[in-house]
Amino acid sequence: MILTKAQYDEIAQCLVSVPPTRQSLRKLKQRFPSQSQATLLSIFSQEYQKHIKRTHAKHHTSEAIENYYQRYLNGVVKNGAAPVLLELANEVDYAPSLMARIILERFLQEHEETPPSKSVINSMLRDPSQIPDGVLANQVYQCIVNDCCYGPLVDCIKHAIGHEHEVLLRDLLLEKNLSFLDEDQLRAKGYDKTPDFILQVPVVMLCPLAVEGHIIHWIESKASFGDECSHHAYLHDQFWSYWNRFGPGLVIYWYGFIQELDCNRERGILLKACFPTDIVTLCHSTA
Amino acid sequence: MAAVLESLLREEVSVAAAVRWIARSTQSSEDSPGEAAVLNSLRPLRKEFVPFLLNFLREQSSRVLPQGPPTPAKAPGASAALPGRPGGPPRGGRGPRSQLFPATETPSTAAEAPLTRRGGRRRGLGPARERGGRAPGVPEEGVVGDSLSWAGGRRLRGSGSPSSPSLTLSDPPNLSNLEEFPPVGSVPPGPAGTKPSRRINPTPVSEERSLSKPKICFTSPPISCVPSSQPSTLDTSPWGLGLPPGCRSLQEEREMLRKERSKQLQQSPTPACPTPELGSSLPSRTGSLTAEPADPSRVSSPQRLELVALVYSSCIAENLVPNLFLELFFVLQLLTARRMVAAKNSDLELSQGALDSLESPLFQSIHDCVFFAVQVLERQFQVLSSLDKGTLKLLAENERLLCFSPALQGRLRAAYEGSVAKVSLAMPPSAQAVSFQPETDNRANFSSDRAFHTFKKQRDVFYEVLREWEDRHEEPGWDFEKGLGSRIRAMMGQLSAACSHSHFVRLFQKQLLQMCQSPGGTGGTVLGEAPDVLSMLGADKLGRLRRLQERLLAPQSSGGPCPPPTFPGCQGFFRDFILSASSFQFNQHLMDSLSLKIRELNGLALPQHEPGDEDGESDVDWQGERRQFAVVLLSLRLLAKFLGFVAFLPYRGPEPPPTRELQDSILALRSQVPPVLDVRALLQQGLRARRAVLTVPWLVEFLSFADHIVPLLDYYRSIFTLLLHVHRSLVLSQDNEGEMCFLNKLLLLAVLGWLFQIPTVPEDLFFLEECQVDAFEVDIAASEHGLDSVPVVDQQLLYTCCPYIGELRKLLASWVSGSSGRSGGFVRKITPTTTTGLGAQPPQTSQGLQAQLAQAFFHNQPPSLRRTVEFVAERIGSNCVKHIKATLVADLVRQAESLLQEHRVTQGQEGGDPAQLLEILCSQLCPHGTQALTQGREFCQRKSPGAVRALLPEETPAAVLSSAENIAVGLATDKACAWLSANITALIRREVKAAVSRTLRAQGPEPAARGERRGCSRACEHHAPLPSHLISEIKDVLSLAAGPRDPDEGVSPEHLEQLLGQLGQTLRCRQFLCPPAEQHLAKCSVELASLLVADQIPVLGPPPQHRLERGQARRLLHMLLSLWKDDFQGPVPLQLLLSPRNVGLLADTRPREWDLLLFLLRELVEKGLMGRMEIEACLGSLHKAQWPGDFSEELATLFNLFLAEPHMPEPQRRACELVQPNRGTVLAQS
Repeated sequence: MILTKAQYDEIAQCLVSVPPTRQSLRKLKQRFPSQSQATLLSIFSQEYQKHIKRTHAKHHTSEAIENYYQRYLNGVVKNGAAPVLLELANEVDYAPSLMARIILERFLQEHEETPPSKSVINSMLRDPSQIPDGVLANQVYQCIVNDCCYGPLVDCIKHAIGHEHEVLLRDLLLEKNLSFLDEDQLRAKGYDKTPDFILQVPVVMLCPLAVEGHIIHWIESKASFGDECSHHAYLHDQFWSYWNRFGPGLVIYWYGFIQELDCNRERGILLKACFPTDIVTLCHSTA
Repeated sequence: MAAVLESLLREEVSVAAAVRWIARSTQSSEDSPGEAAVLNSLRPLRKEFVPFLLNFLREQSSRVLPQGPPTPAKAPGASAALPGRPGGPPRGGRGPRSQLFPATETPSTAAEAPLTRRGGRRRGLGPARERGGRAPGVPEEGVVGDSLSWAGGRRLRGSGSPSSPSLTLSDPPNLSNLEEFPPVGSVPPGPAGTKPSRRINPTPVSEERSLSKPKICFTSPPISCVPSSQPSTLDTSPWGLGLPPGCRSLQEEREMLRKERSKQLQQSPTPACPTPELGSSLPSRTGSLTAEPADPSRVSSPQRLELVALVYSSCIAENLVPNLFLELFFVLQLLTARRMVAAKNSDLELSQGALDSLESPLFQSIHDCVFFAVQVLERQFQVLSSLDKGTLKLLAENERLLCFSPALQGRLRAAYEGSVAKVSLAMPPSAQAVSFQPETDNRANFSSDRAFHTFKKQRDVFYEVLREWEDRHEEPGWDFEKGLGSRIRAMMGQLSAACSHSHFVRLFQKQLLQMCQSPGGTGGTVLGEAPDVLSMLGADKLGRLRRLQERLLAPQSSGGPCPPPTFPGCQGFFRDFILSASSFQFNQHLMDSLSLKIRELNGLALPQHEPGDEDGESDVDWQGERRQFAVVLLSLRLLAKFLGFVAFLPYRGPEPPPTRELQDSILALRSQVPPVLDVRALLQQGLRARRAVLTVPWLVEFLSFADHIVPLLDYYRSIFTLLLHVHRSLVLSQDNEGEMCFLNKLLLLAVLGWLFQIPTVPEDLFFLEECQVDAFEVDIAASEHGLDSVPVVDQQLLYTCCPYIGELRKLLASWVSGSSGRSGGFVRKITPTTTTGLGAQPPQTSQGLQAQLAQAFFHNQPPSLRRTVEFVAERIGSNCVKHIKATLVADLVRQAESLLQEHRVTQGQEGGDPAQLLEILCSQLCPHGTQALTQGREFCQRKSPGAVRALLPEETPAAVLSSAENIAVGLATDKACAWLSANITALIRREVKAAVSRTLRAQGPEPAARGERRGCSRACEHHAPLPSHLISEIKDVLSLAAGPRDPDEGVSPEHLEQLLGQLGQTLRCRQFLCPPAEQHLAKCSVELASLLVADQIPVLGPPPQHRLERGQARRLLHMLLSLWKDDFQGPVPLQLLLSPRNVGLLADTRPREWDLLLFLLRELVEKGLMGRMEIEACLGSLHKAQWPGDFSEELATLFNLFLAEPHMPEPQRRACELVQPNRGTVLAQS
């Protein structure tokens, strides 16, 4: 699960311009049978998101939108039951859910008096039955269920995965009798930055090759693969902020991470792909 | 002056009498009439004696100490120049000093490099200040010479004026200036008629000593930075160009120089300032230097040397010299002098006749030097013996010392063996961040959400900047301002509200203390940090960069015995941060905060010694107390340093004002500005309470950053006078009962001596102020036992505070290693063992008799008792407040919430204006706050005694114990009640307000109500599939159904069944289920049902079978119905089953089958999942959609059929007959 930069690059290389569909995922799994599926999916999703971030702007020019909308209209006039929107998205190398959003927005602009609000659009994407046009509703629905990187369903899955791992971590902490404050408790106390867990009594994590252990004050659970891009963003927005307030801590990337990123150990940010086993706690003398 | 020395040498006056005469202006009855007569006649010269003596010794040793670190001595200053203004500040008369913050650096002449480089570091030089306000007779304080003094501290007299190339022929100009250094007996020219002669027998230039120029600089041989800007001819014939040796008389030389000098004064406002640029022109100093052996039997005139040594030692002992350690350094230089430069014939001739006078050189050989040094060292044994073990070892092992005084060597060896003053290594500095404390840092402490979030970001930017600095500041070419400046300013720009500033300053100050308090955190204290970083501060960026480059090119130098104030290690970050931020508001808040903290720490009740208590427990306590003192002292010094830095930052300039008029106007302005912190009052308090050992060291740090004007201001001048008085009173040899402890004194002497060498402190201050001291006599009898008489200072702390004392050891070590004095390879970092945080500040005790009694009670108890009681009271008081918050206030908040609910019930959902609501609630609830005091009292009563008992020794007598408990209860109650009575109402208001807004915001169901059904059974082992997995799986089915799909894709009915089974498990376990996941699962399950009803799920298997069997579909629908009814806890969007899109799925199937839909609808009604009305409404709205004609008809039929059914679930009708009689019948009945 912990990949070297080279291993990671090899996987990432195979993901260039692959559409985010069921079929693509299946092929990827066949290509890297030794890697865990969750890790592969996480890497795929992150790589795809990077790709979308890079190309996002060009799909949002007014010319592009107009072009897509016309192609959509032409397509459904020919055959409303055909996967027009999905194929359009794949053809122009854009996420189907996001393409659906573009077309829906454009459609509503044309058919409603007031420009659609974001929340209306989000709501329609969550429940396409609300879309006034039946054909478009089906097209949008098809895009959403076929997109494995974007869309409300995917967002929900990601959220659920994150939540599940937090629960998992909480159980492990309880099992080890480590008392902690969770995010909600911290927020209630008015903390401005809240890791998933702050240990009320710090522990030391021993490392096989190091003489000294690492002090851990807080633990953050990340149900994703730690690649360079996301890790740096997390460092900037979260991990260093935690360090700035609570001292050294531990990040668990449940789906693994790039080995080379674990370079801030001495500074006080430790990466693991699972809950550490060698933990030393403060002993309470019974004397 | 020389006359005094000569009287001594002629034994007309005894040494004791002479020293008495110098130290005290009045005559002593101990003096014989003859002595008195002699001394009386010399009276006007009294004050001049010590500076003369120091100068004299430096000059005399000039031939011996051509290399090695400088031992500058204090200049006599301008006293002679301003005879008419006794005691007044010498204005404008001071020589140009090296600057803390030179703005510009004058271009330098390469040829001068060898000289200036000598002293190690070099400061930027200002233009010569020969303009206004300077009497002709003022001793020249050479621009160049002083420029060095930064590195090497002060010199008695800077050498020479900036000289033009025409001065090439001459020796160091200062020596040759008759006005300044007239020969003995000559009447000094110029208005300064009373000016005593300074020099007796200047040694003329010697062309033989071309090896190193420095040797001819008589005033301060070790620095040997002759200012003369030597032209490029230097290399070929540096000294004697056109001047045959001995062919000109000294008088001629001097005359010539004087002319040259006056000419230059007139014409050149910008003298050539020598800057050591080229190391290459530096004469090799060390290469051929082997030490001459020293032989006691070859000392030229032991008596004379002994006498001078005696006088000199006495001056040191009486603290008549500005800097004790500087003199020791000088003496050790003499001890370790390698060889003597050959004297000129004329010198030798002169010395033949008059051994009893000063006409002959004092040190005629290495033997003389060593003899003299050993003589002095013998008399300074007490100080030596308290140096660190390493220094003692080097001294004891010095072969010259052994040879000249076996007795001293024996004592030193004994002292070494008995010494425990091993300066130990400490814990590594922790670069931890300041922790977030909700009490001070959460939203409630900010004026607005925006301020809160801004500060959140700032904290992160601050540490980001700090981390970057840590990573990069040692990289060559990295510049703080360039790298971080704009980021820091952008961050500071966001600190709009005053409250945010104070938050940031608190963070800044805490981080400063955390990182820099321990010297371990200062990084390479002695060697690592370039000592002249300060010189960059005032400079423009370009100049800064240039200097940085120079610094990188220049050899690293240690600070010497009198290094300038620096910001070593991490301190540099904080200094640069302040400079880069350049924010007025920030500086002001920082000063406020620093001042407050200094006051707080300075007033901290530190333990007092318990004499006679020798048992182990006391020892343990004592260690802790010492450590606490050290922590407090080091923190204070750090804070005061930064306070001084920031406070004087706006006034700092490269050099003093050029004219007297300008200076006067600045003085008039500045004297109106109140001091940033009333340090004079604090000093006076400290002296009165006998806590000088705590107050003086931090005050020195503060003053070391003063600008040139500060010492001239009446306020600060009086502080300096006080400090001089303190300095003079710290006679080490006096060790009376109740007096200050030896090491305490030594610490004060070291820091004060260091302060007196700071360039901005007027040179003459030390020798001038004496007459004023009496006016500031402080009544120190007020307090019998002060901190001063407690041995709180140990060697560790001494060396930590004054790392420059370590220069002595380096000097000795360099003698052993045979290298020259500058090698500095022996730098040792001294770190203290104290990095623990400060104890809590003792609370203010209430006034009155009880308080007095309590004080009295503690007086005779061990200090640990007092600390324990105060600590317990402080903590219990604080806990009491927290307890009240958690109980009483929390109860009130709950009451508020239920009142609010009631209110909503009676007033309807809208309720009314929240502000009004809050007022109503508060008026009902706040009166309950009075209970807080009663409950608080009870709490303190209940908790304090146990805590005191647990912390005090078992053997504490019962009476003492119960008194301690009672005092603790009282103090804790005072603290808690004071806080509660002042704040309880506001606290209740705040909490109720938060609760109200929370309740109003939460539109949805009550969290408690939602939570009721959460959680799985106890027996559950949470092995159910994860919700995310299920959503993902169902999504795959949905996407298969929605297409497009490959021909071989599909799901098996078993898989569907398994999936729904898993869904049931997950919904029943709930361990990992979060509301959004459940919502999506519910929605997906409805989608799945619609697909089942419409027969749209592609089933795996041979082609004819691509559809699900009816029975299977119905079974799956049953499973779903049961999940919806029993397992989903959130709402299930069942109306989606009748959404146009899902019903529309049926339109695509041929033949259309309605039976499953009708079945589903019936079951929904039957299970109570949907009401008939609801379904009817949905069906009704379906008509509005656009459908194909036939579909609309069928739909209408279904609608009618459903409506026609009786409300009773039984008996079921055959809906399928409607369209597909044959197939539907079978299925409907199954």
